[in-house]
Amino acid sequence: MTNALEIEGLVKTYGDGFQALKGIDLHVAEGDFFALLGPNGAGKSTTLGIVCSLVNKSAGKVRVFGSDIDTHLSDAKLNLGVVPQEFNFNQFEKVFDIVTTQAGYYGIPLKQASVSAEKYLRQLGLWDKRNTPAMMLSGGMKRRLMIARALVHEPKLLILDEPTAGVDIELRRSMWTFLEEMNRRGTTIILTTHYLEEAEALCRNIAIIDHGRILRNTSKRDLLQQLSSETFVLDTDEPLEKAPKLDGFYNHLDGEGGLVVDVEKGQSLNGMFIQLEQQGIRVVSMRTKANRLEELFIRMVEDNNTSNADQGVSA
Amino acid sequence: MRTDAMLTAYKTIVNREIRRFMRIWPQTLLPPAVTMTLYFIIFGNLIGSRIGVMGGFDYMSFIVPGLIMMSVITSSYANVVSSFFSMKFQRSIEELLVSPVPNWVILAGYVTGGMSRGLGIGLIVTLLSLGFTQLSIHHLPMVILTVFLTSALFSLGGFINAMLATKFDDISIVPTFVLTPLTYLGGVFYSINMLPGFWQGVSMINPILYMVNAFRYGILGVSDVNPYVALGMILLFIAILSAISLRMLARGKGIRH
Repeated sequence: MTNALEIEGLVKTYGDGFQALKGIDLHVAEGDFFALLGPNGAGKSTTLGIVCSLVNKSAGKVRVFGSDIDTHLSDAKLNLGVVPQEFNFNQFEKVFDIVTTQAGYYGIPLKQASVSAEKYLRQLGLWDKRNTPAMMLSGGMKRRLMIARALVHEPKLLILDEPTAGVDIELRRSMWTFLEEMNRRGTTIILTTHYLEEAEALCRNIAIIDHGRILRNTSKRDLLQQLSSETFVLDTDEPLEKAPKLDGFYNHLDGEGGLVVDVEKGQSLNGMFIQLEQQGIRVVSMRTKANRLEELFIRMVEDNNTSNADQGVSA
Repeated sequence: MRTDAMLTAYKTIVNREIRRFMRIWPQTLLPPAVTMTLYFIIFGNLIGSRIGVMGGFDYMSFIVPGLIMMSVITSSYANVVSSFFSMKFQRSIEELLVSPVPNWVILAGYVTGGMSRGLGIGLIVTLLSLGFTQLSIHHLPMVILTVFLTSALFSLGGFINAMLATKFDDISIVPTFVLTPLTYLGGVFYSINMLPGFWQGVSMINPILYMVNAFRYGILGVSDVNPYVALGMILLFIAILSAISLRMLARGKGIRH
C-alpha cells in the first residue's frame, strides 16, 4: 500500500538560527487516522506547514502519495486538504464564495465546485449560512467552514492543525463523528491536537514530537500498553470529604466528587471494592479515565526534557 | 496542473479580484471619478481657459490623456497592492499557497485583476471627459497598447510592493512619495518643452513621462518623446518586474516562513 505521507530527514532552521526540526522521519499509511502530538513549540505546525508548502524546508524529503514536493509539488498538492490552526479566509467573503473559490484554485469549474460546496456545507451544517460573510460566523462555524473548504476538491489526505481548538464539547463530538466518517470513506487524516482524549478517541497511530525530534511513532494500542496502570473514576452515593485509605491503591478526589483510583496491571479490583465496602463507601458507577494518553504523553515529554537537560541541550 | 485547470484557477483569481473591488465600489470606483471630474472643472475649465493653447491643443484637450493615464496608473497599482497585502495580512494568501496553482498563474491573475480596475477606471474617466471636451483618436493601436501595457506594468509594481510590505504603512509609502510625484511631474499637466533644458533632461528619466506621452500621441498625435521608444521601455519594465515578482513568489518572500 502507498504511504499517504513520507517524511525523511526533515530539517527546518529559521532565519534567526532556531532549529525547529532536527531531522524528522515519519510515515503515514494510506487510510490511517494519525495524530501528531507534542507540546507548544515542539515542531508540529512547522512539520505540517512544510508538507502544505506554507513553510520552506531546510533539508529532507517529503512525499505525498509518492509525489515528491521538490519535483512534483502540483501532484502532491492536489492530494492535500489543509485545515490550519488560525482562521485564514477573507473575513469579508461569503461562505459559499470562500469554498467555491478554493475549488477554483484546484482547477474545478464553478458548476462542479458548487455541487461539492453544497455537499460539504450541508454535511457541516453551514448551508443556511452560505450567503453570510465569514466574519459573521461563530468560532465553531468558522472551524467547520475551514473543513468544508479543505474538502471541496476531495483530497485523499486531510491535514488538520488543532481542528477543535476553542470549540464547545457538543460541536467537538459532532466534528469527531464527521472526521471518523470521512476516514471510513477512505480519506487519510493527520491531526495535531492539544486534546489528548481527541487523539485517543479518533486515531489509530500516534507520533509524539518534542524539541524538533520524533520521540515515538507507533500505534495507539502499543502506546497505551506501555501504561503499567489503569485509572478508574468511581462515583459514590455520598460525596466524599477526603480520599479513603486504600492499601495498595493510589487514589485521590478529582474535585468533582469522583474518586480516582490507579489500578496496577494484575491487581484485582475486588480488593479495592472490599476495602471501600469496609469503610462504608458505596460505589454507584465506575468508568475508565478517558485521557490515559495524557499520562504517557506527559511522561515522555518530561523524560525528553530530562534527557536534553542531561546533555546540556537548551529548551 | 492541466492547462484547463490552470485556466480555471486563473479565472477564479480574476473573478475574485473583480468581485472584491466591485463590492467596495465607493472606495475603488467612485473616488477617481470624483477627483478627475474636479480636475476637469478646475484645471480644464476654470484655469485652462486662461492658459490657452498647449502642444497645439486647448488645455483641456491636452490634459485629458494625462489624467486618464494617471487614473489608470494609480488604480492598477492600488488594486493589486491593497488586495494582495490584505490577503497576506488576513493570511488568506495561504488558500493559494496550499493549492497547486503555479506562481505565474497567481501573478497573471493579480495583474489581470489590477488591469480590470485600472482599465475600468480609465473608461469611466474617459466617459466623464467627454462631458468637457471632444476626444478624437489619432492612433488607436497606440492608445490600446499603451493603456494596457501601462496598466499591467503598474499592477506588477503594486504586486512587488505588496510582497515586500510588512505593515499597512508600507503600502501607502510608494504611492504617496514615489508614484504621485512622478505622475505629476510626468507631463500630465504640461509639456516638458516648457521646462528649462536641465529640467527637461531630468524629466526624461521619469518612466511615467513616456507612458503619458505615448498615450497622448495615440489620442492627440502629439508627444514630447518618441512613442515607440516609450512602448519599448514599458515592455522592458514589464519583463523586469515580472521576473522579480516570480522570483519573489518562488522564494516565498514575505509569504512563506
